[in-house]
Amino acid sequence: MDTTASYFLPPQSSTIAPEVDALFYFILYMSVAFMIIIYGGVGYLAWKYRRRGEQKLTDPLDQNHGLEIAWTVIPSLLVVAIFAWGFKTYMTMNVVPRNAIEVKVTAQMWFWSFDYPSGANTVGELVAPVDQPIKLLMSSQDVLHSFYVPDFRVKMDVIPNRYTVLWFEATRVGEYNLFCTEYCGKGHSEMLGKVKVLSDADYRKWLESQGDDPSIPLPELGAKLFKSRACVTCHTTDGSKGTGPSFKGIFGKLAGVAAAPNQVVDENYIRESILNPQAKIVAGFDPVMPTYQGILKDRQIDAMVAYIKSLQ
Amino acid sequence: MNTLPATSYLNDPKGLKSWLLTKDHKRIGVMYLIAILFFFVLGGAIALIMRLELFRPGQQFMDAKTYNQLFTLHGAIMVFLFIIPSIPAAIGNFVIPLQIGAKDVAFPRLNLASWYIYVLGALFCVYSLISGAADTGWTFYTPYSVTTSTSVISMTIGAFILGFSSIFTGLNFIVTVHKLRAPGMTWFNMPLFIWGMYATAIIQVLATPVLAITLLMLVLERAVGIGIFDPAMGGDPVLFQHFFWFYSHPAVYIMILPGMAIISELIPAFAHKRIFGYRAIAYSSVGLALLSFIVWGHHMFTSGQSELAAVVFSFLTFSVGIPSAVKVFNWMSTLYRGSISFNTPMLYALAFLFLFTIGGLTGIFLGALSIDIHLHDTYFVVAHFHYVMMGGTVIALLGALHYWWPKIWGRMYNEFWAKISFALIFVGFNATFLPQFVMGAQGMPRRYFNYLDQYQPYHAFSSVGALILGLGFLIMIFYLTHAARKGRPAGDNPWGALTMEWFTTSPPPHHNFNEEPKVTHGPYDYDQVLAPITIESEYSRVKR
Repeated sequence: MDTTASYFLPPQSSTIAPEVDALFYFILYMSVAFMIIIYGGVGYLAWKYRRRGEQKLTDPLDQNHGLEIAWTVIPSLLVVAIFAWGFKTYMTMNVVPRNAIEVKVTAQMWFWSFDYPSGANTVGELVAPVDQPIKLLMSSQDVLHSFYVPDFRVKMDVIPNRYTVLWFEATRVGEYNLFCTEYCGKGHSEMLGKVKVLSDADYRKWLESQGDDPSIPLPELGAKLFKSRACVTCHTTDGSKGTGPSFKGIFGKLAGVAAAPNQVVDENYIRESILNPQAKIVAGFDPVMPTYQGILKDRQIDAMVAYIKSLQ
Repeated sequence: MNTLPATSYLNDPKGLKSWLLTKDHKRIGVMYLIAILFFFVLGGAIALIMRLELFRPGQQFMDAKTYNQLFTLHGAIMVFLFIIPSIPAAIGNFVIPLQIGAKDVAFPRLNLASWYIYVLGALFCVYSLISGAADTGWTFYTPYSVTTSTSVISMTIGAFILGFSSIFTGLNFIVTVHKLRAPGMTWFNMPLFIWGMYATAIIQVLATPVLAITLLMLVLERAVGIGIFDPAMGGDPVLFQHFFWFYSHPAVYIMILPGMAIISELIPAFAHKRIFGYRAIAYSSVGLALLSFIVWGHHMFTSGQSELAAVVFSFLTFSVGIPSAVKVFNWMSTLYRGSISFNTPMLYALAFLFLFTIGGLTGIFLGALSIDIHLHDTYFVVAHFHYVMMGGTVIALLGALHYWWPKIWGRMYNEFWAKISFALIFVGFNATFLPQFVMGAQGMPRRYFNYLDQYQPYHAFSSVGALILGLGFLIMIFYLTHAARKGRPAGDNPWGALTMEWFTTSPPPHHNFNEEPKVTHGPYDYDQVLAPITIESEYSRVKR
């Protein structure tokens, strides 16, 4: 059982999480105190002064300056304190430490891709070393998205044609959920990712191992890419319809493109559909797939072709 | 035994045409009431369908696109077609002239025009619904709203048109309150409902044009690609959010101020007690109306707006909390030394205090910058605004419906079924939305068709709550419609209340008052005036 998780909040896995949570619980306890005062007061007064079967004239009392000043001034002081506390942590969240590693984040419908300083890139999974500030320089290829890791208490919108910045320092090795929290269309709730936090040694090992192992057979590599490059968000391999067509048993058959009824799913059609997805859309599907130009290398496209061939 | 007056605004004159061409504020209020309740039921049914889909993760009986269209429709219908016009246009129209002792509003023709404009706007929204409903969320954020293939334009034009009906209503109320008060009704002799509606009207008139401009720009962006919000053409998608919330935050106060205005009537009327802190409540309504214009940026703490802007907006946001807290304490203190009855409207008023307190306090979490970063766009926000909008405004509206139902129709509803329905709604509401605070704090994002298994218990609980809530409303539909036609006559003043609408017949005559209304006592002079309760109940006996 995770000791930093609580009934209300997920585990604390970044340096700022405890600061955020402290204020959360301060407001929570303050709220409970106010609820006791208000519910207790309303309940007690309503019961005590309930009408007991007869109408009568009531007390003319309708003001009390002492009380009124108290219930204006005390809440005012409390909210100013809460503002200042929230402001302080917010500034920490917004000032990126100088020694941060910078990772470029690209969001598009409906997956995340990450480019590391070493030249490595990943899709759907951000790999980061523990106890090391990471700066994310983020932009979107299409609509608004938002990068959110609940366990780190960080969130920032990702916008087209402009960079936004977010930083975090993970305090524990592990895997953390990454959500898109700005509505971005049909696949919004499938735009999930992971942040994989590794120990420093494992992170170095991982960086060195980047680049595809040429000994993996093409269909097997394709199966890996199908998951790691987020094809799985929209396509299935069991014949059921997703946001895009299923890959099962389509190779060699008619693609079903309205504008090109004779188009067969062959090697070139698959390649075109990966690099220029809008060119020949299968009838009944929306033209929403982003291009993988620059994301998949030639051998990886070969692998995808081989993988789709294998799904008979 | 009470009898109904032979002629009232309901049957004088007779005929459908006399209703459709009426300039009587009471009839227009009733026509608005029917329209908004229709859309409330529609929006509620959509919510229920969504909750059933969300009972378990993965697809149950609709696909992601349909789900996205439904949450957009739910939001757009509830905000633009229901809650914004609800209390002002339906209840306000009926009650304001009666409460200030006027024959009608200042511009009766404009009033009728506003209803027809509302219907026209509604038709555009319904057209969007049946022609590939928009899937943008009710916030229409760019660039998604510019690129999606669904019918965004008809929905935005619908909301654009609806804005004008809101402006007309607001304009009418401002002039009515200034010019048509009965002799002797000074500003500080007005019922607090009038103060609240007046403050609301100011926002309606000043803020709604900004929405109109914003939606028009969005339509142009989609239709001809003018590029105001398109970064590739030098525009800025975040600018849309500034425009949108510049209206839509004040709009939150168009929604909640009328709710507060109703509670300020219900509590003294059922406590038979002078309202505590009259001036504080009146000023805080106007104060909230003005402050509501300068806090819009708190919807955008993670949008990429400057840190300085975020800090300023956070600070200003907290200032809104104070007038709200002052009101709650005043309402609570009004109970002190009262003579409190627990008729259904009072139960709704007490429920409002309970739920609005949660809605307000959870707003403090969201106003604090560091916490909002974590909670923004999660179910915590969904729960927060439902506690304010539904736990606040809708609960107040239900209180108002039960309070003025005998005045509108002259007939009383069944108190037993009203209390059963109240209990179901109260329990169902909390069961629906309390778990959403927890799952939101645990990180569950909003607008998600599918979700991780870890959130399933909260979702399931919430869905069961929604069913209970739905049952409560179903019962209400039955007993309220039955009461309107066949309930026992209620008499002029079934609550022994002191505002002026209770000193004319139920239902009121065409011109509101049979004699020239005179202000002989203040709206809350329960220490001086004893108005006999005209309907028999456990609370209606006068001291022997």
